[in-house]
Amino acid sequence: MALPLMDRFLQYAVAGLSAGSLYALVALGIVLIYKSTKVLNFAHGDVATLGTFAAFALLSRDHSFWIAFPAALVTGALASVLFYFGALAPAQRKGATLLGQVILTIGLALIVQGLVVYTFGTEPDRMPFPLSDSESRKVGPVYVSELALGTLGAALAACVAVYVVVQRTRLGLAMRAVSENLMAAQTLGIPTRRVLGFAWATASALGVVAGLFLAPALLLDPFFMLDPFLKGFAASVLGGLGSLPGAVAGGLLLGVAESLAGAYAGIEFKKTLAFLVILAVLLVRPEGLLGKPFKERV
Amino acid sequence: MDLVESHQEELRFARGRVVRALLIAGVAIAIAVPFSGQPAWIVRGTLIAITAIGVLGQNLLIGHTGQISFGQAGFLAIGAYTFAHVQMLPWPLALLVAGLAAAVAGVLVGFPSLRLKGPYLAIATLGFGIAVYQLLANASWLSGGRTGVAVQRPPMEWLYWQDVLLLAIFALATVNLISSYAGRAFMAVRDSEIAAEAVGVNLTRTKLLAFAVSSFYTGVHGALFAQFLGHLEPELFNLGEVLTLFVAITVGGLASIEGSIFGAAFVVLAPAVFGAARWAVPVLFGGSIIVVLVFEPGGLAGGLRKARVALEQWPFR
Repeated sequence: MALPLMDRFLQYAVAGLSAGSLYALVALGIVLIYKSTKVLNFAHGDVATLGTFAAFALLSRDHSFWIAFPAALVTGALASVLFYFGALAPAQRKGATLLGQVILTIGLALIVQGLVVYTFGTEPDRMPFPLSDSESRKVGPVYVSELALGTLGAALAACVAVYVVVQRTRLGLAMRAVSENLMAAQTLGIPTRRVLGFAWATASALGVVAGLFLAPALLLDPFFMLDPFLKGFAASVLGGLGSLPGAVAGGLLLGVAESLAGAYAGIEFKKTLAFLVILAVLLVRPEGLLGKPFKERV
Repeated sequence: MDLVESHQEELRFARGRVVRALLIAGVAIAIAVPFSGQPAWIVRGTLIAITAIGVLGQNLLIGHTGQISFGQAGFLAIGAYTFAHVQMLPWPLALLVAGLAAAVAGVLVGFPSLRLKGPYLAIATLGFGIAVYQLLANASWLSGGRTGVAVQRPPMEWLYWQDVLLLAIFALATVNLISSYAGRAFMAVRDSEIAAEAVGVNLTRTKLLAFAVSSFYTGVHGALFAQFLGHLEPELFNLGEVLTLFVAITVGGLASIEGSIFGAAFVVLAPAVFGAARWAVPVLFGGSIIVVLVFEPGGLAGGLRKARVALEQWPFR
């Protein structure tokens, strides 16, 4: 390719933005759950895998995308709502520790993983998708594939939707109240369990969106979300675990940084970058780019 | 619960008749296994002993000191590969070197733990574990590339005795450690860092010690695992290994020595029972963690303790 230097840079940056918007979606879900329930959700990737496979099952039975994709979102949301009311809430009522709650989500992750392997096998499949990975459009000086454009659009739409719900609705007000102070919210008559259940459902649906747009770019197997899930973790730490805008910024930054690192510093570096970022951020500024520093009370 | 009247009594090893009877039964089973003439059980027993050493170590860190760490796969890999590279030494020495290498890594990872708490520490250690995996996968001079590294493997019976004996040593060492000043400091840090500091526990030293000791155990676990397999590949040390250790700690019982051994037995024996169906193992593991945490947070060890107390006080309860 005889691209001028600047165009080459832009090309990689745009590719990074598209990958980064997927990380941002994953990170948004992780932060939403962390902010509302104070739990690190290790099952986030697996629930997203479950939803994506639900879409795949419907598509291979010749249903249209208009049925399959909403069904996928509902499947993911249902799985985590079930988990929240069936396991997490009872455990919290019994005074489970932070560690206990994190381990509970690991339990969910293992169960979902086992069930997906049982139902769909470990053979990789190709996921049908309305947008093509190879057809590309010329936008300004760079070429962008239809899929990457779709991914960016979906991520933008999801971010706007989350913003509107959290900042502009009564439900969002309740969510912010619960996140601020659970006890006070309960005392004021906010149905905290239902609000938290809704937060889990939304977060998982966001994860499924990421899964749906990632699957056509690679092959679909039961472990395909593990890597983006870990990157989403890195992104949420980069932006600050307690900050929704931070999650989006962290995801996009990580995506672009990875793409540029892969282009200019070598592919091995690209793979390790996310984890170096985690370690560096936690050592230098543990609260992340947009998070608030923590205080501890006795 | 148990009535403990003095500090001396608290420190006594295996107090109570039931506990002593169970301990003797356990030792008798461990000695009887090689004479049963069942090679499959000798292999399983060896694997349980190896795993139990690692679980004991992680339980010290996670259960007793309350530091949530997801870096076990990294320490395991460091122990295993160090052992593979120094195997020309006599094996006790090689084992020691492997453990010490992991302990040094543990202290390095422990430094962030001085600033990070709860979920942040979990993520930092997770990043460490994955970084070690990436390093091994990319550095073929360390990991032997695609062909892997071969480790000399003694006969199975020899391994069984060696590993069961080592487990006994490590379990006794853990009993002594947690009833010493260091162990009490671990638990004080877990219960409240600020309160522990206020009564004069050195937070820095205690946390680093917990990381060093637990990584030493995990390094030895890795070395013994390498010896057991006779062959090493980076793929052995992925996130799944970490999750298995968490299952063992949770099902066995947090902060419990006998629980660590029960948990190790659980994670080794459960796949053996469901050997045919690969998908069933994660479902069983996940289901049992959830059931344990919701209904009996003390795990198998906690359940056993409750059962014993109920039995001793029958019918007065």
